[in-house]
Amino acid sequence: MNEVCFKNIDKENPSSLATYESTGGYDVWRKILHGELSPEKILDELKASGLRGRGGAGFPTGLKWSFMPRNQEGQKYVVCNSDEGEPGACKDRDILRFNPHSVIEGMAIAGYVIGASVGYNYIRGEFMEPYYRFEEALKEAYDAGLLGHDIRDSEVSFDLHTHLGAGAYICGEETALLESLEGKKGQPRFKPPFPANVGLYGMPTTINNTESFASVPDILARGGQWFADLGVPNSGGCKLFSVTGHVTKPANFEIAMGTPFSELLKMAGGLREGRTLKAVIPGGSSTPVLSAEDAMQMTMDYDSIEQAGSMLGTGSVIVMDDSTCMVATLTRLAHFYYDESCGQCTPCREGTGWMYRVLKRIMDGQGKTQDLDLLMSVQDKIMGNTICALGDAAAMPVKSFIRHFRHEFEYYIKHGKSMVLAHPKQI
Amino acid sequence: MISAKAKQQINTWVAKYPAGKQSSAVMGALKIVQAENDGSLTSDLIQSVADYLDMPAICAQEVATFYENYNHKPMGKHVIRFCHNISCMLNGADDLISYLETKTGVKTGEVSKDGLVSVKKVECLGACVGAPMFQIGDQYYENITPERIDEILENLK
Repeated sequence: MNEVCFKNIDKENPSSLATYESTGGYDVWRKILHGELSPEKILDELKASGLRGRGGAGFPTGLKWSFMPRNQEGQKYVVCNSDEGEPGACKDRDILRFNPHSVIEGMAIAGYVIGASVGYNYIRGEFMEPYYRFEEALKEAYDAGLLGHDIRDSEVSFDLHTHLGAGAYICGEETALLESLEGKKGQPRFKPPFPANVGLYGMPTTINNTESFASVPDILARGGQWFADLGVPNSGGCKLFSVTGHVTKPANFEIAMGTPFSELLKMAGGLREGRTLKAVIPGGSSTPVLSAEDAMQMTMDYDSIEQAGSMLGTGSVIVMDDSTCMVATLTRLAHFYYDESCGQCTPCREGTGWMYRVLKRIMDGQGKTQDLDLLMSVQDKIMGNTICALGDAAAMPVKSFIRHFRHEFEYYIKHGKSMVLAHPKQI
Repeated sequence: MISAKAKQQINTWVAKYPAGKQSSAVMGALKIVQAENDGSLTSDLIQSVADYLDMPAICAQEVATFYENYNHKPMGKHVIRFCHNISCMLNGADDLISYLETKTGVKTGEVSKDGLVSVKKVECLGACVGAPMFQIGDQYYENITPERIDEILENLK
């Protein structure tokens, strides 16, 4: 489809200002600078568009912006979450590399709507190529007089800076990201208060995902209804899906919400020869795994994926064929959450370690028959009992893998080896 | 302990944040100082960053030990950071990591005798459509095969 975030991706120099402007880039921002677009009108269009946060939580973007006390005295901040690290997700990286100006324009528009004159784009520390591309774009935007103080005598000011992370998955959680931006360990804050009231440096702050910001300029240029109509009810617009794993052509696809999974699978080249579909994680590693049958029935939108038993999340579709050992795969994911838990809440800090060690024990051939019940009990005690969603994210794979593939775990415990692979790799 | 050049670089980070919020620059500062010290940090270096940014040393220490990108022991000149998370794993990352270990003679977490390379297993680097992949310095290397590993190692000096 490539209508919004990826609309320039096949052009020469897709990330340049000239390319961005050749397809209407910064037109909305110029209208704002000319005083032709009010914050209220923008909020109406965003609400009509049905745009929901693309970072995983799916919260309506227009509603989030409307929570900001725009007329309150003092500084307010716009923050972009480009700390992409959800296993399976790699869409924001491509937006930063190929369409950085859409993020800049989206953030500037947000600043205008919420009454903030400063923004930060938090880019994960490993994304150096995207960082340099974004910095280049930022320089172009400043040189063109599109950012800064009292831009073109409009009385609108917006300064934008990048901040680099340093390797911590948890900083993708919005309040951990704010802590990190303040120069601290990335440990999530208790909510409420929400960032709209107490955010960066204690000031009201709006945080959105890279793809959410990048979608805003086109929504306003073409209308909220246009965007909503691209998708299906409750899932407006189009969205980027990263299709990875056992497909022949893994790639990012910008497609209409509501597209059948089976079609997306075809776009990604389908499965390898002679293989059959075994399981699909539809929204990044933190979302529950689905059986092949359930996945083949779903369409790529919030409601359908929820009905199938999972979540749209970041739209990171991980495809597994019949050569996949589900025990080894879950162990790897459990290790990830154990490694990335920030250590603040006991259920997550201790529980992720327990789950990993029990799974490792199974893979070492030392599994006990009661281990599956133990795993289910630990995940249940983490779920809903932590400050942020990382605990839930660690619990859901365990629950869903065992739910759908219990026989594989039982086989491993009984025989001390994988039902699928001769020698699954240890960690 | 911090060179004039590093101070200059740190100042560009400090300038991004509001007055009095210079500790926001600690992540950038630690990275700069680490790069000047052959890729790892010491307590003295962390202390000097804290002093330069006028923040408690313990706060800089917390940051330096919380984030994965800071190293606290000598590293190879080139650190090969191989992703072993799900999409890379499904595409054979484990076998490739073994291949890389054999080829370099360096186990994950270790440095080669000549100090040229370190191998590290890391979590998702956000390039899953190019799995399996690894990072060396600022550069991502995607769709890794044994042949690509040979070629990349050949060019490391």
